[in-house]
Amino acid sequence: MDAEITEREYMHSGHVGCPGCGATIAMRFLLKALGEKTVMVVPACCWSVIAGPYPQSTLSIPVIHAAFETGGATASGVRAALDMLGDRETTVVTWAGDGGTFDIGFQSLSGAVERNENFLYVCYDNEAYMNTGIQRSSSTPYGAWTTTTPGREWKKMRKKNIVEALVAHRVPYAATANIAFPEDLLRKAQKARDIQGSRFLHIFASCPTGWRIPSEMSVKIARMAVQTNIFPLYEVEEGVRYTLNHKPRGYLVREYFRIQGRFQHLTDRDLDEIQKMVDDDWEILLKKAGERA
Amino acid sequence: MRRVIEGSQAVAEAVRLARVQVISAYPITPQTHIVEILSEYCEKGTLPARFLRMESEHSCLAALIGAQMMGVRTFTATSSQGLAYMHELLHWTAGARLPIVMAEVNRALAPGWNIWTDQGDSLSQRDTGWLQLYCEDAQEVLDSTLIAFRLAETVSLPVMVVLDAFYLSHTYEPVDVPAVEAVDRFLAPYAPRFRMDQTVACSFGSLVTPNDYMEMRHDMALAMEDALDELGRIEAAFAGVFGRNHGAIEAIHCQDAEIVLVTSGTITSTARLVVKALRERGERVGLLKIRLFRPFPGAQLREALKTAKKIAVIDRNCSFGAGGIFAQELKAALCNLDPCPLVYGYIAGIGGRDVTPGTIEDIYRRTQETDRPSDDGLWIGLREEAPHGR
Repeated sequence: MDAEITEREYMHSGHVGCPGCGATIAMRFLLKALGEKTVMVVPACCWSVIAGPYPQSTLSIPVIHAAFETGGATASGVRAALDMLGDRETTVVTWAGDGGTFDIGFQSLSGAVERNENFLYVCYDNEAYMNTGIQRSSSTPYGAWTTTTPGREWKKMRKKNIVEALVAHRVPYAATANIAFPEDLLRKAQKARDIQGSRFLHIFASCPTGWRIPSEMSVKIARMAVQTNIFPLYEVEEGVRYTLNHKPRGYLVREYFRIQGRFQHLTDRDLDEIQKMVDDDWEILLKKAGERA
Repeated sequence: MRRVIEGSQAVAEAVRLARVQVISAYPITPQTHIVEILSEYCEKGTLPARFLRMESEHSCLAALIGAQMMGVRTFTATSSQGLAYMHELLHWTAGARLPIVMAEVNRALAPGWNIWTDQGDSLSQRDTGWLQLYCEDAQEVLDSTLIAFRLAETVSLPVMVVLDAFYLSHTYEPVDVPAVEAVDRFLAPYAPRFRMDQTVACSFGSLVTPNDYMEMRHDMALAMEDALDELGRIEAAFAGVFGRNHGAIEAIHCQDAEIVLVTSGTITSTARLVVKALRERGERVGLLKIRLFRPFPGAQLREALKTAKKIAVIDRNCSFGAGGIFAQELKAALCNLDPCPLVYGYIAGIGGRDVTPGTIEDIYRRTQETDRPSDDGLWIGLREEAPHGR
């Protein structure tokens, strides 16, 4: 997986992300792939703050901050205007967190991709409402502590499978990516950029602050999510053609869970149960990718 | 050319003539005819605009925010629940200083489901930073929509053109639909004051601290103040091209009136007949129509009403616990006059109940016969036999 990665930076120092923030790593890679002919819509998320307070901006592309639930709709309007102005080259990209994608922005996203709006929607997923202080979202994984799922109230529901929800819309392109796999991320972002219609990229972006891990573990944790099959790397074209991009040896989920503060309350039995969930999901994915009968 | 068209079509014709570039729509009765006509114009190429068929009103406005920010002229239309659903983005539009124009068909809010006219939907959005123009007839709907674009783009604030459900939206009237060449003389192609330019790396709407936010909002307040004068200038230009204008308010027989009726929307045209008949019987009655509600034309109202002894405000809306909204606003505008006229608030026509000449005459008589007005307004036209509870 050799990819030509530009040395040009579109994200600059001065951003206000936490140390080890996966969402800043994801942004840096994404913009290297998309290049300067990009307009970005940012609904409320960590990046509403990370991008820098008025009148500063850490990104060297135009950024439109938008209301929380409007990522899909605002981008639809931006695209329509550019088309009317005769600009069909500029990539319109929505950059949203998991809350803005899985929860409050889901209707707007679903509407936009059903209309097959010509834009790229990128969700950087840190698995909770991190900007407001680690509250549970529908992307928060089974078993996790958050400030709204404390103590014995740890989350008992599975994480919503957002890529499959998008695939059900038959979007031309949907893929997962991960900050620990930059070549794969850049390739997918470039591929997505050059496809017409609605494209969706789901980027796993660790959050040391919310996951209760040391900041230097950020990339390692993200890599483990792939190696354990918790967050498989794959892409789906036209809602039917599945491609697995990475086949891990299948490390046990236990290690991934044991080193994160947000999972410390889980018992061995809980972890066995989670292992089974991950195995089941992986089998389903293998079947879809034609790797199992 | 004079044509017999619905109020809804009057909106659509104005949007076509204004050469709007992006339209977003989500259906709600009684707004649907407006966007149906526009979708046909877009399909036929009569109006070369992008028509976005959104999945909600909230997304309708979000899409226009995105589009207008890129530097194109935009339009949407809604009503009632749809407007309420847009509420958050109404604030956003004005805060972003985007000159979006919306037609808003006045319809009552649920529950229970009621599709008939009532101003509760638009008036409950009065603090969002949108200008609001209330229309009396279909000609005024068309003219106000054209004026709305120029006014919005002059002061960098959004404008809501408000029309009564059915009485205007679905009623056919003769309307002068101007030629596009004439409209082009009045309304120039959209030249945005600012736009997101793909070649400039700027950010819009980022975190703003108390150090800057207050000045930004003060600028909005100043722009609202400017809008009063600008409407006058723009209407003068409109009259120069089309030979007619409407004004922020219209005062009829107010100079020597002891009692002035204050109305908005289609109730005005009924009140015109009542006032004419009362005048013929020698009653010293006047009529004041409020067309511009935001910004509220306080100075013009004080001038027009300074000699009145009693003012009867007819509100097709109610702010529960405070009475009719036009009455409240008028009281606030007049309270420093010395002597200050007495302001009588009447709530009528809620949820589409008829406001007949008889209703208006009843309001006039009550005002004449009552020495002091009640605080919260008097409900007129309630069914006597209906059960009353608390």
